[in-house]
Amino acid sequence: MEKDFLESRLNINRRRFLSRLSLGIGSVALGSLLIPDLFSGSGADSEADFIPGIPNFAPKAKRVIYLFQDGAPSQLESFDYKPKLREMMGQELPASVRGNQILTGMTAKQASFPLVGSFYDFKQYGESGAYVSDLFPHIGKIADDICIIRSMNTDAINHDPALTFFQTGAQQGNRPSMGSWVSYGLGSENKNLPAFTVLLSKGKGNGQGVYSKLWSNGFLDSIHQGVQFSSGENPILYLNDPEGLNRHERRKMLDNLAALNDINYKQFGDPEISAKVQQYEMAYRMQTAVPEIMDVSKESDDIVKMYGPDCLIPGTYAANCLLARKLSENGVRFVQLYHQGWDQHSNLPQEMAGQAKDVDQASAALVTDLKQRGLLDETLVIWGGEFGRTNYSQGKLEKANYGRDHHPRCFSVWMAGGGIKPGLVYGESDEFGYNIVKDPVHVHDFHATMLNQLGIDHKKLTFKSLGRRYRLTDVAGNVIKGIIA
Amino acid sequence: MMNWKVCFFSIWCASCMLCLFSACTHSRSDQSAEEQVPDVISYNFNIRPILSDKCYKCHGPDASKREANLRLDVPESAYNALKDNPQAHALVPSEPDLSEVYRRISTPDTTELMPPPSSNLKKLSPYEVDLIKKWIKQGAKYEKHWAFVPPQLPAVPQVKNTAWPKNQIDNFVLQKLEQKGIDPNPEADKERLLKRVSLDLTGLPPSLPTMDAFLADKSSDAYQKVVDQLMQSQQYGEKMALHWLDVARYADSHGYQDDNYRSQWPWRDWVIHAFNENLPYDKFITWQLAGDLLPNSTKEQLLATGFNRNHKITEEGGVIDEEYRVSYVTDRTNTFGKALLGITLECAHCHDHKYDPFSQKEYYQVYSFFNNVKEVGIQSTVGGPETYAKRPIMQISNEDVKKVLNFINKQDTAKLIVSVMGDSDKVRPTYILKRGNYDAHGDEVEPGTPKSILPFAGNYPKNRLGLAEWLFNKNNPLAARVFVNQTWQEFFGKGIVKSSGDFGMQGDLPSHPELLDWLAVDFREHGWDMKRLVKQIVMSATYRQSAALTPEKAKSDPENTYLSRGPRYRLPAEFVRDMVLASSGLLTRTIGGPSVNPYQPPGLWENATSGRGILANYKQVHGPNLYRRGMYTLIKRTVPPASLGIFDASNRDQCEVKRLRTNTPLQALVMLNDPTVLEASRVLAAKLLQDNSSGTAKVSKAFRLIMCRHPQQKELAILTAYYNDELKTMKKTDAEKLLNVGEYPVPANADKITLAAMMKVVDTIYNLEEAITKT
Repeated sequence: MEKDFLESRLNINRRRFLSRLSLGIGSVALGSLLIPDLFSGSGADSEADFIPGIPNFAPKAKRVIYLFQDGAPSQLESFDYKPKLREMMGQELPASVRGNQILTGMTAKQASFPLVGSFYDFKQYGESGAYVSDLFPHIGKIADDICIIRSMNTDAINHDPALTFFQTGAQQGNRPSMGSWVSYGLGSENKNLPAFTVLLSKGKGNGQGVYSKLWSNGFLDSIHQGVQFSSGENPILYLNDPEGLNRHERRKMLDNLAALNDINYKQFGDPEISAKVQQYEMAYRMQTAVPEIMDVSKESDDIVKMYGPDCLIPGTYAANCLLARKLSENGVRFVQLYHQGWDQHSNLPQEMAGQAKDVDQASAALVTDLKQRGLLDETLVIWGGEFGRTNYSQGKLEKANYGRDHHPRCFSVWMAGGGIKPGLVYGESDEFGYNIVKDPVHVHDFHATMLNQLGIDHKKLTFKSLGRRYRLTDVAGNVIKGIIA
Repeated sequence: MMNWKVCFFSIWCASCMLCLFSACTHSRSDQSAEEQVPDVISYNFNIRPILSDKCYKCHGPDASKREANLRLDVPESAYNALKDNPQAHALVPSEPDLSEVYRRISTPDTTELMPPPSSNLKKLSPYEVDLIKKWIKQGAKYEKHWAFVPPQLPAVPQVKNTAWPKNQIDNFVLQKLEQKGIDPNPEADKERLLKRVSLDLTGLPPSLPTMDAFLADKSSDAYQKVVDQLMQSQQYGEKMALHWLDVARYADSHGYQDDNYRSQWPWRDWVIHAFNENLPYDKFITWQLAGDLLPNSTKEQLLATGFNRNHKITEEGGVIDEEYRVSYVTDRTNTFGKALLGITLECAHCHDHKYDPFSQKEYYQVYSFFNNVKEVGIQSTVGGPETYAKRPIMQISNEDVKKVLNFINKQDTAKLIVSVMGDSDKVRPTYILKRGNYDAHGDEVEPGTPKSILPFAGNYPKNRLGLAEWLFNKNNPLAARVFVNQTWQEFFGKGIVKSSGDFGMQGDLPSHPELLDWLAVDFREHGWDMKRLVKQIVMSATYRQSAALTPEKAKSDPENTYLSRGPRYRLPAEFVRDMVLASSGLLTRTIGGPSVNPYQPPGLWENATSGRGILANYKQVHGPNLYRRGMYTLIKRTVPPASLGIFDASNRDQCEVKRLRTNTPLQALVMLNDPTVLEASRVLAAKLLQDNSSGTAKVSKAFRLIMCRHPQQKELAILTAYYNDELKTMKKTDAEKLLNVGEYPVPANADKITLAAMMKVVDTIYNLEEAITKT
């Protein structure tokens, strides 16, 4: 741990150096391909890029992989087993349970709120005996490796604000994403890759889209912006050289550029010029490093089997899970996946089965794969959506069909690795799956805990913008000690 | 667990870094202890920044978070006996040793130290402690925050080097430079100066004939003539409009999840028109704030009010209507504060402002001006053309375009609607919203403005028109300063007040306070004439200086705070694109009209859409519309244009008065591989090859077109050698592949290898740092 701590501090120095460089304050020798020596630069420091004491304590996790289930999967068909709802199938949601909960415009005018239990059965898995629905048999098998939180809650009831809240700690946009905060706090472990990467995939279920503001750097330097990767031929925007230009030719052009820029630098002395040369060199290195990482052809048959055949089809969730492991393994701090299509206002039984099939095997495989490689201890894996779903049917409850509306009061997520207690089920909802009765975890608490595992005190990771010091957890958040190993 | 070694290491490491950094630090807040404490301490300039940053969080204007019932932002409270310890006083004028403030910031006892370690605020530096001590000694006198005192016209200062100033701006700048013992830079060479002023006034590089004419014109007013020419061109309006589109969070989609199309572009065309017509700033703003309320208001004035409807509007089915309606009113209120007053009014949305004297009540008083619009939270979900604007709307007919709105580039006869402002006859009551929650009504409030800025006079109408009158009242301390500062920022890369969106106590202090006030008063007293202000700036010797950074100046003025050199900055995203298109000859110079979709990497929209609406799939345009200026690229808020975003363009989510300016590897990748740049290189190369001239002459011409100056011998030598080498080594198959980019036709008779070799040279020039830099 001590060694890790030293390493992380060194990386931060390196990152500070680079970020000063990107602000054009430092200067380095032209054409250098190496990460510049920490002590060779000169530059002014500002509070903006100086975070005293981070990491604030020895980190448990070095990296995060966030498997975001966009659209909000139902907790009642996945990880929160509520037999009572089956017993009371079709009966009215008691007013005492609903309390003062405001409903969305989609069900607010509904005359009746018929309770509906999961059409899918639940089983208990592993030593922990955690209940997992039959839609997620692979995740069930890793029950002893994960910590299921059944008491998540959020402030927002619609997709856009809820997603934005989960990703940035505020409902209204333009704040940095959590990945950007982590990049800002800890920097990159790999000089050829961005610290924060984003991978998108789509299921067949009703979807709500994603928004690039979810991985925006907000007021932080844009070096902390999430960089969208896609599996396939052009993994990063504009990464590929044009056809007819080989690496040797590109090198020749960059050498000419460097020589020409140098003439100008000698006359104008603007450190932006040398910084620009440096950025071109980094781009050149990325052009080699990224395709190497994206190449799954060398993965063993066992790995392909474990993630499922879809992992070889670019753009699928399974392919993104495999890619996430590779990026993370290569030192990307924060890998953010979004799988779209979880908004089951109707046709829930059928749509959710499809969505679960997309993600179940690969999500479990990712955890197992990391574990086999000895990386799970230092990688925090998170699985979950932006809110939960109602325990009553949206629209008419039919014999073979129903839907569920948005529900912010309680829902389920799970985490694995990164110093989180494995084989734990944390928090509890009432027998209706509507209200939390034990150990609530608010989104701010969730953020605070995630940062804590990375060695960051969420109250100390701040950035001053337009007169105010901002943090991911705004003015709230408590570390959930009960889930920490 | 953290053991003692780790702990020791972290302290050691932190202190090492502190030493390393402090050795080369010049920033205001971390001045070294050796720095001389000034003879006379200014509360505004020396003390308030410290108190605001380190103390107001718990001892400031926010009543709900106030500790020990102590306020340090107002003298009455600070001089009073302490509530918890009536023997003691926070401040005893002239007696630092009797003042608790001084004792608590200098005590070695960490249980007593302020700010307490638990606040996560850094402790005061010895220099800051000395400042406060001396301030108390000198009487601990408070002053009103500088930005809330109306500006007075200061005398233009005398300078020693009377030959240097070209107008009053220069006297202010030179006075400071002379005080610091720094000489200004000489005037930039003609080529670089022309490039700078062209980019600053039109967002486009000068054409070859313009360059030649300017170089040949030896008359003393050559520069002024070119400035006048540029300011009269229609591209002036486009250039000036871009910043305003950021301020006004203009976009072509509604935002939020489905993010379908909106037809708000006629409002954008009006902004360009208003700048070109040089509409005075007070009218420019009054029309946007309250054009609908003006007596006998015109269609143009109504269109201008689209400003307050550019915010995001939801089409997400099932949202709670009032929640969203409130968010629109909130957005307008925050935009008003940031864009026009340069204050962080939004901080008082949920509670009293923590640093500035704005109460939550005052926030909702301003909010009430914008709370009477005949609008709903959700009017419709994704649909056809009738959903491209939301009520209140105006319809623009082809007849209107012929007669009164002839600046709108309407290209067809389809129905065109724009979201504009319009109030209900019956006033909607406004309540304080507790914690900012839309459904938590507190006390009802009347329209009003923050008292600390300027109380809202009783004779103003209690509507947006009255608010506009208040804004342009002679005693409003902020309106003129804020706009003058934003304009300055456009030319010098940063404002006289660096935090152009925050003139409050946590904002930066002006680097040249007298200059700011002089410009503000002069601007106001000359009819809020925007073109006059712009001309003053570009005619100044300050602006015309060379941008060269000597090693001496790297020490004496590293950040160009004192303006001892000319501005040198990377171009804004849209102008990077414009430069490439203009210099290659590809640029389509059409002004205005519906936004367009140029080249974009495939799948960006498709991978992130709900599938609903006409923006679910990216439909690229063809022909001349492929080569429109960057400001006409369609902005879909949830997936803004990729190459522009990489160069720090605004995502138009909220009002933005200042963009980040970064330098990243992704920018290098755009310049290297974006088909726009590659195609422009090819097209320019093909043009050059038509010249009956030597290879060197062709390279030289390309260099001039892109860099706007003649190449030096060394530069030309490198590029020519590259060209000759490529001619020799290029394979025909590679050449054919390279040329296969973009939709603009390749001349049929072109020799592929020659063309591809020249294309590579042109592409190299485009990738030089200087190409996309205002020099």
